[in-house]
Amino acid sequence: MCGICGCGEGHIHSHDEQHDHEHPHDHHHGHDHEHGHHHHHEHGPEHAHAPGLTQARMVQIEQDILAKNNRYADENRCYFADRGMLALNLVSSPGSGKTTLLTETITRLKGELDIAVIEGDQQTARDADRIRATGVPAVQINTGKGCHLDAHRVGHALESLKLPNHSLLFIENVGNLVCPSAFDLGEAHKVVILSVTEGEDKPIKYPDMFHAADLMILNKIDLLPYLDFDVEQCIRYAKQVNPRIKVLSLSAKTGEGMESWLKWLKAELELQRIEYA
Amino acid sequence: MHEMSLCESVLQIIEHQAQTQHYRKVTAVWLEIGALSGVEPEAMRFSFEVVMQGSLAEAARLEIIELPGIAWCMPCGREVPVQQIYDACPHCGSRQLQIVGGDQMRIKELEVE
Repeated sequence: MCGICGCGEGHIHSHDEQHDHEHPHDHHHGHDHEHGHHHHHEHGPEHAHAPGLTQARMVQIEQDILAKNNRYADENRCYFADRGMLALNLVSSPGSGKTTLLTETITRLKGELDIAVIEGDQQTARDADRIRATGVPAVQINTGKGCHLDAHRVGHALESLKLPNHSLLFIENVGNLVCPSAFDLGEAHKVVILSVTEGEDKPIKYPDMFHAADLMILNKIDLLPYLDFDVEQCIRYAKQVNPRIKVLSLSAKTGEGMESWLKWLKAELELQRIEYA
Repeated sequence: MHEMSLCESVLQIIEHQAQTQHYRKVTAVWLEIGALSGVEPEAMRFSFEVVMQGSLAEAARLEIIELPGIAWCMPCGREVPVQQIYDACPHCGSRQLQIVGGDQMRIKELEVE
């Protein structure tokens, strides 16, 4: 599948996803080294001509800065489509309850569906460990300094997961309401999770993310009696930023509202089975 | 947001193009950054300098061409200017807007030697 990244037949890697591998496309450019001079040629242009005789010229590039990520995202999308899989990119701020929502969802669905999880965090494998404890496969991607998952690393994680057809794949992005909005991973939908402890104005404070998402989950609604969170206002803000966004309210902890979420997941997975002409 | 990793992508494109376009040094880079792209030009300038250090674009001048946000207003049936992705139509107040411009982040051209 790896026609673009060119990192070997079949894209299969046995190495740990946390490992920063040295593929031609994935090299680090020395900008994080103190010295960093290995890009300079010994006969650099600064020695080639006298001042005033520069050989400056213009080169048209006209390339999207995210073009490479988008190509990998397209590869991932093909991978999902070929296998009738539903991939969801779960985004939120840290502490919204993404991992708890996932473990509760998996516990309810694992008997009837093949489920797997790709976990993105800056550090630690704690979330992947929590997912694996439910009995489904999980791959942890540590982004290190990075603030988001990118489509290339997700592609490698897919290869190590080797999922059966018609699987449900959750990609739990790094907790961050800003950066992941720009990076397509090839998912069918971005699902933004907002907990009611965060304040109802998050959708207009972080409009990019709510604009990019197709579904918003309002989580921890069991805490509403103790908070001044205005649910209606929050939904109005979300629709202001994204008129097409759908909203589900639930509590992963008490189970309230989970039924609609499970129904949505199953319906969306069913849609992936349709083979379009 | 992620301006640092965007600059790393810019550098990758510059390095890749160096092989086919045959240049050894980049002295200026023109980026087109849309007002709705979520990219902060000042953060981009800061990251650019850091990321380009030690590369063939070290000390290159960064020129950012800021492009305005434009949306198609369905009720009005025409293009309207927007400052944010959640703005209402300045003419009719509708939120049925489709962004048609100003969400891009592109490398336009380079000055090279």
